[in-house]
Amino acid sequence: MLPSFAPAGPEEILLPVKPWFVMLTLILGLMGNLIPMGGVAQPLQPDFLALVLLYWCIQEPRLISVGVAWCLGLLMDVADATVFGQHALAYAVLAYAAEYFRRRVLRFPLWQQAAQVAVLLLFCAALVLLVRVVGGAPLPRWTYAVGPLVGALLWPLVTVLLQWPQRPRRSQMER
Amino acid sequence: MRHISVEPPPFFHRGPSPLARLAFFGLLSLALLFADTRYRYLENVRQTVGMVLYPLQRLVQLPGEAIAQVIHFFSSQHALTEDNAALRQQLLSEAPSVQGYQLLQQENARLRALLHVEKRFQGAAVAAEVLYSGRDPFTQKLFVDKGEASGVQPGLAVIDEVGVVGQVTRVFPYMAEVTLVTDKDQAVPVKVERSGVRSVMYGAGSGRLPELRFLSPSAEIQAGDRLITSGIDGTYPAGLAVAQVASVERETGQIFARVTCKPLAGVERSPHVLILGRAAATLPQRPEEPTDTDAPRKGRGRRRG
Repeated sequence: MLPSFAPAGPEEILLPVKPWFVMLTLILGLMGNLIPMGGVAQPLQPDFLALVLLYWCIQEPRLISVGVAWCLGLLMDVADATVFGQHALAYAVLAYAAEYFRRRVLRFPLWQQAAQVAVLLLFCAALVLLVRVVGGAPLPRWTYAVGPLVGALLWPLVTVLLQWPQRPRRSQMER
Repeated sequence: MRHISVEPPPFFHRGPSPLARLAFFGLLSLALLFADTRYRYLENVRQTVGMVLYPLQRLVQLPGEAIAQVIHFFSSQHALTEDNAALRQQLLSEAPSVQGYQLLQQENARLRALLHVEKRFQGAAVAAEVLYSGRDPFTQKLFVDKGEASGVQPGLAVIDEVGVVGQVTRVFPYMAEVTLVTDKDQAVPVKVERSGVRSVMYGAGSGRLPELRFLSPSAEIQAGDRLITSGIDGTYPAGLAVAQVASVERETGQIFARVTCKPLAGVERSPHVLILGRAAATLPQRPEEPTDTDAPRKGRGRRRG
């Protein structure tokens, strides 16, 4: 059964999420970040891990929150060979912001959620930028902001995909 | 907008509040940032986590490699024969200089033996493949597939078939991080091939051309000059091509000329690189009290990030 391209409506009660599925998607997000992109495509590469993390922070705040986000940030710091703590800080703040805004975000249809997600992802990227600039790095070019925006565009897709295993099956719905 | 109170009833224990957690982890991050920039206490942690990440990194590279192999498989014989012919011709055209080079090397070895000078550069070199370039837009780094297991050490010079690419800055068991010459403030001691003027080339960061600083306006340098390593730092062996001077601006009233240069090596695109062994094991001891006119400090202790 293909998922319909819409988030679960209020009349639809989602099945409980499986923790291994959350872990798997987070690892896939991390792997998405590790994909070597060269040349023109590089600024387009969104922060997949932040995107997946944001989804779980909004959907399952009791499972995934600031602590997990922080640990994943440390992994990203190693993968990117950046100073320890910079992605960790950004992801922790992102997770907190997600927890703070989740009830508001969930009220909107997917495309409007994407707009709010764009703001959150840009904020996360800006935090990394702040840490870097304080550390003495030069300002990057404007293409730095493209990645988060691409990430926000992917939000509806991510939502539908990650929600799919939780949607009640038709047979169960008819019973 | 209707507000629905969904605060949990007090009998559901949820641990510390999100704000408290944020404060805790935020402070922890700041502490880590400080500890990692000021002191390098955390290299062991980084190595361990790097080991854990390594299989994932290889895994995501597999599809790309598979595609490349398929393309390679289907590349037409015609292209290969053409390539082959071109390469043969190139080999032939370079044969005289190569033979001459061997002769010179022998002669050089004899002369050096006469002078009891240690060999300038032991030929130990490791060929490595570029795994991926750092995703980080702030720094110019590459990751290559050879690490501690292959004898790579921090500080070694990395070149490609044209010239200097950068320097190994961090070593993991099976991979190494290379900071490119275009990274901000990455310094390479160079000299102008034509006139012999010595200087230091500083990287300027992503998308900007490296520059030579502190060159007097009267220095013998012009656009188009080739820059080669001077070898006075003990990191890069002398005579490797580095860059070509792109522009020289001499403004009256300025103490120094403004010289930008364009790296020759495919700094951001070469798929294969060569990691050179330790260049000069026999540098004289550093003087007890370093003076201001010391050779420019390289690599070690440089800002990372």
